[in-house]
Amino acid sequence: MNEIRISGFGGQGIIRCGYIVGKTASLFDGKFATLTQSFGPEARGSACSAQVLVDDEPIRYPYVTVPDTVVAMSQEAYEKFGTDITEGGTLLIDEDLVKPSEPPKVGKFYSIPAARIAEELGLRLVANIVMLGFFTAMTDIISPEAARTALPTSVPERFVDLNVKAFERGYEYGLAVLGKLPDGGDEASKKAKASEGTEKKKSRAKAGAGSKGSKAGTKKAEGKPPSGKGTGKKTAT
Amino acid sequence: MKADPKGVLTGAHYLDGDHAAAEGALAAGCRFLAGYPITPSTEVAERFAARIPKVGGGVFIQMEDELASMAAILGGAWAGKKSMTVTSGPGFSLMMENLGLGIMMEVPLVLINVQRGGPSTGLPTLPGQADMMQARWGSHGDYEIIAICPSSPQEAFDYMITAFNFSEKYRVPTLVMMDECVGHMTEKVVIPPADEIEITPRKEYTGPPEEYLPYLPDKDMIPWMTKAGDGTRFHTTGLTHDEKGYPVMNADCQETLVRRLVDKIRTNADEIAILEEEEIDGADVVLISYGISSRVAIPAIERARREGLKVGSLRLVTVWPFPETRVRELAKNVKALVIPEMNYGQVYYEIERCAAGNARTVLVPHAGGWVHDVDDIYAGIKEGLK
Repeated sequence: MNEIRISGFGGQGIIRCGYIVGKTASLFDGKFATLTQSFGPEARGSACSAQVLVDDEPIRYPYVTVPDTVVAMSQEAYEKFGTDITEGGTLLIDEDLVKPSEPPKVGKFYSIPAARIAEELGLRLVANIVMLGFFTAMTDIISPEAARTALPTSVPERFVDLNVKAFERGYEYGLAVLGKLPDGGDEASKKAKASEGTEKKKSRAKAGAGSKGSKAGTKKAEGKPPSGKGTGKKTAT
Repeated sequence: MKADPKGVLTGAHYLDGDHAAAEGALAAGCRFLAGYPITPSTEVAERFAARIPKVGGGVFIQMEDELASMAAILGGAWAGKKSMTVTSGPGFSLMMENLGLGIMMEVPLVLINVQRGGPSTGLPTLPGQADMMQARWGSHGDYEIIAICPSSPQEAFDYMITAFNFSEKYRVPTLVMMDECVGHMTEKVVIPPADEIEITPRKEYTGPPEEYLPYLPDKDMIPWMTKAGDGTRFHTTGLTHDEKGYPVMNADCQETLVRRLVDKIRTNADEIAILEEEEIDGADVVLISYGISSRVAIPAIERARREGLKVGSLRLVTVWPFPETRVRELAKNVKALVIPEMNYGQVYYEIERCAAGNARTVLVPHAGGWVHDVDDIYAGIKEGLK
């Protein structure tokens, strides 16, 4: 069983991101997935999290106990949830929004400028979907094909294309980090350079350049999965 | 009768329990919801309100409060529409008076209570199971009622249909006692095609209008119903009434009416009971649970079994009417009955009563705000074996 916690602040689409992970696993990957969410009476702006359990067997106890995979998209969420993770677990953060004071003691630690990539795509709100793509690449919990099928019916209709782009950017970024892209060496080194950049402006500029470079890749990817798009039949939920 | 396809969203979905309950209501043919928002039940009404324009006619009204919500659905049901409301603890308290009116007027309707921690406003966003006795006895007077406890979004869908069917068959308000955990938990929900969903139609009066007696019971103790405004004259009231529906203030009429209101459910208790049993034969201990607690109990039971302990499970899908016959039988064959519930003893006392000293009864209480710890239920099983 995988125990996943996706965290950030209210309004970032954290619950939506967890919802798509669960929907992907249970409707399109043939697994069982239970999503629960924790929130208080407050809403936008405060720490919130979505918990997803994914298993091959039916899920009984509905809550995450100790997650093996944590996504943090805000500093507050990182401080609250970032250390509560199994030994050898995976931590994914938005590197612009989360600044760990010391290197996280986890098995695997990856970062992505999800919000910045979303801004480049024209809408910061899709940072959660960039992160979903990154999550898909960095963990083997959901398959990219299934996620591509789940995505179009999980976001507002007029934003489907943008969300698909956001997913692919996050996914490719992840493949690049893992060195799995055909031109992975380049991407990975670009990313490495970007994160080396001491001056913010400098690194932002490089990330921008990187994004232009990877746009071609995005197009390629878009050209590839009409299978994903085509099979994404409307099943309204 | 089969479900009206317009209300059935056939397919596989990823839904939370509240949304699944709304879909279950629509599939069951419910076309009127009057309610007042309250966490954690609001999503039922939201989903219903969003979907009702697309199912070929129906109405959602946000009322001024819970008293009015309950009153409105009594009217809706008498006007011929399958009707429901949805609330949580504080609203449930406010609905009690008109729930009694529904019982007295024998109105088919469904009331969902997505239970949260109480008393009073308690824990709005966290689960509880402490309204179970209020479900049984919350309105004044003597009556029997039906209450169903789903433990997953799929069951929220499935048992909403059952709830509407029971309410029509027995002409009694039927309670769906969910909890925040089930209401806000999202899982796969498979909605079957409409022709696979069995619907109990209203027991409509079809005789000559001038001969209609609104409270003349059929052989099954259930009277026929008419639609307000359809030309058949009728009278209905919360006062003790005769077959004509007119108030009659004496002990004989009270005896006839209340006896029938109780018996129409009590004598059918075994037929109404939905129970899930597992490895009961040869068990030393049987764990009795309902709602979300029955899911949390499974890992504890499995752990005990791995250690060679003989543990059975009886899950009460319907808690009211209480499945007395089965629990009495069970108590004679096991050492102990272990009852985890998210309160400090409600259904537990019913089980203790039916065990009648034949088996030990062990309560595993929890005040609510979270579900049980699996270890606590496991400890309860060990306690039962002492």
